[in-house]
Amino acid sequence: MTHKVVARAALSPNVTRLVVEAPRLAQIRQPGQFVIVRKGEGSERIPLTIADADPEAGTITLVIQAVGRSTRELVALAPGDAIEDIAGPLGRPTDLIASGRALCIGGGVGTAVIHPIAQGLHRQGVSVLSIIGGRSREWVIYEEELRRLGEVIVCTDDGSYGRKGFVTEAAKEVLQQGSIQMVYAVGPVPMMRAVAELTRPMGVPTIVSLNPVMVDGTGMCGGCRVAVGDQVKFACVDGPEFDGHQVDFALLMDRLSTYRDFEQEANACAEGTCRIGLG
Amino acid sequence: MPHRSGLICHPRACHHLRAMITTKERLQIARQSMPEQDASLRQRNFNEVNLGFSEKLALLEAQRCLDCKDPKCVEGCPVMVNIPRFITLLAEGNIAAAAQSLICDNALPSITGRVCPQETQCEEVCIRNKKGEPVAVGYLERFVADWARSQTQGQALQKGPSSGRKVAVVGSGPAGLTAAGELVRYGHEVTIYEALHKPGGVLVYGIPEFRLPKQIVKEEVARLEQAGVRIECNVVIGRTYTLPELRQRFDAVFIANGAGLPVFMDVPGENLKGVYSANEYLTRVNLMAAYQFPKAGTPVLRGRRVAVVGGGNVAMDAVRTAKRLGAERAVIVYRRGKAEMPARIEEVHHAENEGIEFEFLVAPLEVLGDEKRWVRGLKCQRMQLGEPDASGRRRPVPVAGSEFVIECDTVVVAIGTRANPLLTATCPELKLNKWGNIEVDERGMTNLPGVFAGGDIVRGAATVILAMGDGKRAAKAMDEYLRAL
Repeated sequence: MTHKVVARAALSPNVTRLVVEAPRLAQIRQPGQFVIVRKGEGSERIPLTIADADPEAGTITLVIQAVGRSTRELVALAPGDAIEDIAGPLGRPTDLIASGRALCIGGGVGTAVIHPIAQGLHRQGVSVLSIIGGRSREWVIYEEELRRLGEVIVCTDDGSYGRKGFVTEAAKEVLQQGSIQMVYAVGPVPMMRAVAELTRPMGVPTIVSLNPVMVDGTGMCGGCRVAVGDQVKFACVDGPEFDGHQVDFALLMDRLSTYRDFEQEANACAEGTCRIGLG
Repeated sequence: MPHRSGLICHPRACHHLRAMITTKERLQIARQSMPEQDASLRQRNFNEVNLGFSEKLALLEAQRCLDCKDPKCVEGCPVMVNIPRFITLLAEGNIAAAAQSLICDNALPSITGRVCPQETQCEEVCIRNKKGEPVAVGYLERFVADWARSQTQGQALQKGPSSGRKVAVVGSGPAGLTAAGELVRYGHEVTIYEALHKPGGVLVYGIPEFRLPKQIVKEEVARLEQAGVRIECNVVIGRTYTLPELRQRFDAVFIANGAGLPVFMDVPGENLKGVYSANEYLTRVNLMAAYQFPKAGTPVLRGRRVAVVGGGNVAMDAVRTAKRLGAERAVIVYRRGKAEMPARIEEVHHAENEGIEFEFLVAPLEVLGDEKRWVRGLKCQRMQLGEPDASGRRRPVPVAGSEFVIECDTVVVAIGTRANPLLTATCPELKLNKWGNIEVDERGMTNLPGVFAGGDIVRGAATVILAMGDGKRAAKAMDEYLRAL
């Protein structure tokens, strides 16, 4: 069964939203879960968080940051095009608190991952405060969607929109007021690490969502192994969300760089500057 | 040729062969060797190593079979193929009848003819193995099966008269495919659920092209689909649907989802860049075609010096793959001796011919990294064999002060797999053993009525043929169960 793209929107200079047909996934997905997407023959299998779903329309929303050849292949799809393979929902659902007040922190494309978590919390009656950030105004995504679920503080590095500065600075002020029971943070690894370091001395539990390299997404390959506390976990089946105070972020960041040279090669090929196979 | 048309076939075993060639003459024929792709060429390509018997070689080899009255080879076969029958028919030159005979006993002979460990099964107990060399059962099976595949007529698998019953098969590896083939012949409506994007399980993600061309798996899958088996890929049972949901929608379920979770060594440095599980390494290369990167989207590290830890068939597949990806040195690191290796002898021979190095009685202590956290070596120690352990093999004991470093940039860990809890976790009532494998009775049924299981999820890491045997046996028991409903 292929999955038709029914809508496409550019959210920021390199982040694109695709709404695709996936009726079963639309019905059963839970916050925090992801899918493995393979565009077609020869494409990579890549993990993408389910940012939203419409059970009635039978669609799920995928938010994709174009970084390598495979993600660029996906964002180049137009409504009417099809994705050959989508498997899921994978990963454990988010550990949502049942009541009280939660702080959701999203950085860059991670804001789209925070969205279903905020949705889940909101549905449970938890008061949601979101802090989201981007380099500048055009990089801020999912603000409107998150505003429907609670208060939103926007931060930009250059101050072109909302507060000037990093999300951690705004988070520090909010946390100092003392009403937050749980922090959910998703974004670039340095951001998640900074949030975890901020909340650790305050003793505020913090959940982060990790994005290591994956192949099958079902626990079979072990490529997504991460160190959490003194244990090695597979992000695909044990995560992707973990206790941010236990995660070895340096290892995660290091392992994420494994295929950097290959990505450059693949990008060069896609741009027609590749010399491989040309003698 | 109407083979595979029914469940019971009894090709007439003709015995005029005995009149044609005496036992004495048969005994004088030497075992024919398998033509192979030259080692210097094949260590740089992914084409199949064994080229297959010609008809002439096959007929000659078939004449070596003594057609014993009490054939031990049949008992040596996990699916009880009537080996003397198909070989005798072949020796008479009746390849079509040989194929009919073989295929009735074994649904996937092109696959088992290539990947079965014949030397520890049928060929080990062959009477000719007592004084000399056994009949090359595996090579003959492959010849007959490939001949049948090449025939355009009569390849269809026929669905039996409809029973009106619906069956789900979880996993499309050897156990699942075999069970599906049998179940559809019994007349049941079969749906296979596969977690990956392509059917075949270990036959496509694990076993490399040079040992089992993927085209063969593709054809077997197509035959099942033509017979009416539905295959739904990208469905992860335990996630997309739970086992209780399947039980509601189907009259019976066969779980054959394999033993998916890779085991790591639990030594320092195992998360350095350049350390792979064999599952990941082989999946990248086989399923995702990473050897064609950048034409294929998925990359794999092409180590210049690759150390593969383990002594089984998966380790052999990984190390030979490393060589084909361009490794200058590809080394097997195994903590016991050559005699204790669980890998097939043929695979070890092939590896040796391809220039694979072996470090026997060596155990890894630590993966060493450079300043950028890339693998730079594997610190090991030498072992000696002590008293036999629970497996009956002599236990390796460290030799004090024997530490040394194997310089390498890639380490592949091929020391086994564990049961993947993804499915079983969604059905706590399902009875498991202490390792998380599903417990079944002699029919292959679990503690839940109508839920059967087989292959590696029951056995732990085993072989293709044992999984197929489970599929065949469970299908029969499922048929009985469904007819009694």
